Amino acid sequence: MQTETITQSFVHPDTEGYYGSFGGAYIPEMLYRNVSELREQYLNIMHSADFRKEMESLLRDYVGRPTPLFLSERLGAELNTQLYLKREDLCHTGAHKINNTVGQILLARRLGKTRIIAETGAGQHGVATATVCALKGMECIVYMGEKDIQRQAPNVARMKMLGAKVIPAMSGSRTLKDATNEAIRDWINHPNDTHYIIGSVVGPHPYPDMVARFQSVISEEIRMQLLDKTGSELPTHVVACVGGGSNAAGAFYHFLDEPSVKIVAVEAAGHGIHSGMSAATTQLGKPGILHGSMSLVMQTADGQVTEPHSISAGLDYPGVGPIHANLYKSGRGQFESATDAEALEWAFHVSKTEGIIPALETAHAFAVLPRLGLKPTDRVVVCLSGRGDKDLGTYMQEMDRFEK
Amino acid sequence: MSRIAELFKEKKSHVLNVYCTAGYPKLDSTLPIMRALQESGVDLIELGIPYSDPLADGPVIQASSSEAIENGMTLEVLFDQLKELRLPIAEGGLGNQLPVILMGYMNPVLQFGFERFCAKAAEVGVDGIILPDLPAFEFKQHYGTILQKYQLDFIFLVTPETTPERVLQLDALSSGFLYAVSSSATTGNDQNMDTVSAYLQKLALMPLKNPVLVGFGIKDRKTFLTACEHTAGAIIGSAYIKVLHGNIHYSSVTQDFIHSILDAD
Repeated sequence: MQTETITQSFVHPDTEGYYGSFGGAYIPEMLYRNVSELREQYLNIMHSADFRKEMESLLRDYVGRPTPLFLSERLGAELNTQLYLKREDLCHTGAHKINNTVGQILLARRLGKTRIIAETGAGQHGVATATVCALKGMECIVYMGEKDIQRQAPNVARMKMLGAKVIPAMSGSRTLKDATNEAIRDWINHPNDTHYIIGSVVGPHPYPDMVARFQSVISEEIRMQLLDKTGSELPTHVVACVGGGSNAAGAFYHFLDEPSVKIVAVEAAGHGIHSGMSAATTQLGKPGILHGSMSLVMQTADGQVTEPHSISAGLDYPGVGPIHANLYKSGRGQFESATDAEALEWAFHVSKTEGIIPALETAHAFAVLPRLGLKPTDRVVVCLSGRGDKDLGTYMQEMDRFEK
Repeated sequence: MSRIAELFKEKKSHVLNVYCTAGYPKLDSTLPIMRALQESGVDLIELGIPYSDPLADGPVIQASSSEAIENGMTLEVLFDQLKELRLPIAEGGLGNQLPVILMGYMNPVLQFGFERFCAKAAEVGVDGIILPDLPAFEFKQHYGTILQKYQLDFIFLVTPETTPERVLQLDALSSGFLYAVSSSATTGNDQNMDTVSAYLQKLALMPLKNPVLVGFGIKDRKTFLTACEHTAGAIIGSAYIKVLHGNIHYSSVTQDFIHSILDAD
């Protein structure tokens, strides 16, 4: 693939929010005030001493950070390499999503907002948002596709128990994309008191940068932990699954400008990339605008956004964060994909080999490891983005096939 | 002088701009509905290009867009239909006077090719473009010169949350008219007309180069007249789409609806 000269770092967008040719803020004027307020203030707030102090304390005492970096001996031996698992599954609420919601709720309070809205697909980001809203006593409204509400009943119950109001998105395909549209509309209709906590590195600038910064704690810890364990803070490979791409952005962040570190992003191939039932956005998407930024978007020839498919609701998104689109286009990132069947197989395999039941999303990242040509001297870090409790329903349906 | 400029030169107040979605309610209803609007006495037509994810629109217009996409509407089909746009009225076109604006979102336009889109629009006799998610920065960097090359007016939106300095900037970038959103809300929401009135009064006092049309929340004669008190006119969208819903007698329902807006009792 053709690479183009990139003057910017792979980590930071330019002043208009572009990572190479991807990003920006393609928003209607009705969102301008909210987005520009955030844009003017997010860095000042995030860099202020009192914000950092409160953030660090919550990440430590509430979320449970730092999360361990675990040397996976059995799976590592099988793959003939040194394999480290970054245990984001041990975060409060069971996934990395809360790193971002903790940051954004503190930011929202400093912006003087009293009402929080969020979108959610599988419900993990919705639960993480409802959690921090309960913690800070703030009103919480979560938009969720009507279809997803039916598919993800336990997370809907969690959000309600945490005091959030879950509003079904009835428009379009009634899934994550439409929940995001409804959340954006809500924000348009509430221009003063509301902060929108986007759950991934998507949306108009400054969201991709802001969410990546909140998730960058993952790679910040990996560097320190690797140094401690191996004497070198750089791995040879960092592997993470990508839907919108927030856990990947966090796991890659502090390694993107280290050319020796291979960046491996794993998308959901669904039934197979060319099956018509896939969510492998970099393989199937074209440059386009979705939810306020220019990125790679799965769409028809006429520019209508199409409905992706993945067994894992967290990867079932027709776009990808602009930071990742740039990693793909520039060649800095290696983009792989795993099918529904491969993800299931590896979810069961990791469970039996390491005693860790991973989320279906995370299982995609494991599935590509045998294909990477790993050597015994390689130090490979996989971001274990979430635990598999939420996927037990799917796992129970498939159990017979994997019982040996 | 563009058709839009001609219109505002001739008519300084009570300009009525009506929105309809291309390919809704039927794939081939686009031109018949535009003709019905023209016969009913509207001054300007805003033709919506259906999009799967129309962020600035409310549920009524989104539903009409989804239906139009299902009907098979695409930009290729639309430009094919619009070949007849400027035929004489007797031959089924709109003739050469009534200004027509295309309103849509950036993504379908980018896939079609931005310059190709502008060239086609100009070729079939479209006068102006509204793309609510094309930001001023990208407009200045790149897209503005292409629109200019094809002599298309481009209309920016302003809201009650837009600062006075920014209103002036967006007015300077716009040509044809300036689209004042009556509140920071998606289309089809009910507004408190007193608040709207105060906002429009403020706008009217600003040294703008373009006439102002008000959209969002205009649904009947009362809201139309309130909007017209301080501006050149108003835009009706969702209320008209509701009228078209499930109705095949485009001509008579359009006549009835537009007359209920324009005619005193």
